[in-house]
Amino acid sequence: MGDPIFFYVFATLVIAAATGVVFFSNPLSSAMSLVVSLAGLAGLFVLLEAHFLAAIQILVYAGAVMVLFIFVIMMFNLRHSYRHLKVSFASLLGLVVALNISILLVMRLIQPQVVGNAVGADFGTVNGVGKLLLTKYLVPFEIISVLLTVAAVGAIVLAQREKESS
Amino acid sequence: MMTITLNHYLIVAAILLSLGILGVLFRRNALIVFMSIELMLNAGNLVLVAFSRHFGEMDGQVLAFFIIALAAAEVSIGLAIIVSLFRQKGSIDINSVSLMKG
Repeated sequence: MGDPIFFYVFATLVIAAATGVVFFSNPLSSAMSLVVSLAGLAGLFVLLEAHFLAAIQILVYAGAVMVLFIFVIMMFNLRHSYRHLKVSFASLLGLVVALNISILLVMRLIQPQVVGNAVGADFGTVNGVGKLLLTKYLVPFEIISVLLTVAAVGAIVLAQREKESS
Repeated sequence: MMTITLNHYLIVAAILLSLGILGVLFRRNALIVFMSIELMLNAGNLVLVAFSRHFGEMDGQVLAFFIIALAAAEVSIGLAIIVSLFRQKGSIDINSVSLMKG
């Protein structure tokens, strides 16, 4: 399942950038780090022969979601909250919990496993995924488009400036 | 050379999920908390795609596609909430949003 060199390069990239997201004090650095992490994840998708999904990952996350994030960060005047990596009891508790979860998961997964099955030619291409999307998963596909419309309308309503009350 | 198996991808996803949980629990900046939620969603995506490759079925990729669409909807709503929070409170520290504390 993928060339070892590329796997390790992309995996290191993803995890290092994700660490950056959590520990950078400047939100803008975090957002840039998240872009790198998501691009690395798209690389892992390519190694898993999900080519269509990798393209969608770059388009939707790097193209749409991250632009939205950076737009919002630029909109705020966050100069006062840059040095905000303060540690409290609750965050130390969170550190311990997250470490425990990661150790549990990784220890559980470390046993050897067989290599994956061989796959056909149209595995993960637009053709294969698109066929599945418009036949077996047609109803969820339509529902998700309704959801996106509702989200767009809801975002406009929520972010609207209040008229004259308050 | 050692071959890459399903477990390698699952370990990457596990570390990514843990980092996301850590970000949600550790950081007080609402935007960073949001980005950490994105990390966790992407860890789930990676698991779905890895299993999809492992079993040779594309259903997992379709589900990952839905998760990406869901994440886009979630981000638009969540950022709108953060914007209106910033208008009300003047900061996006999640500790300042404790109005409903008992």
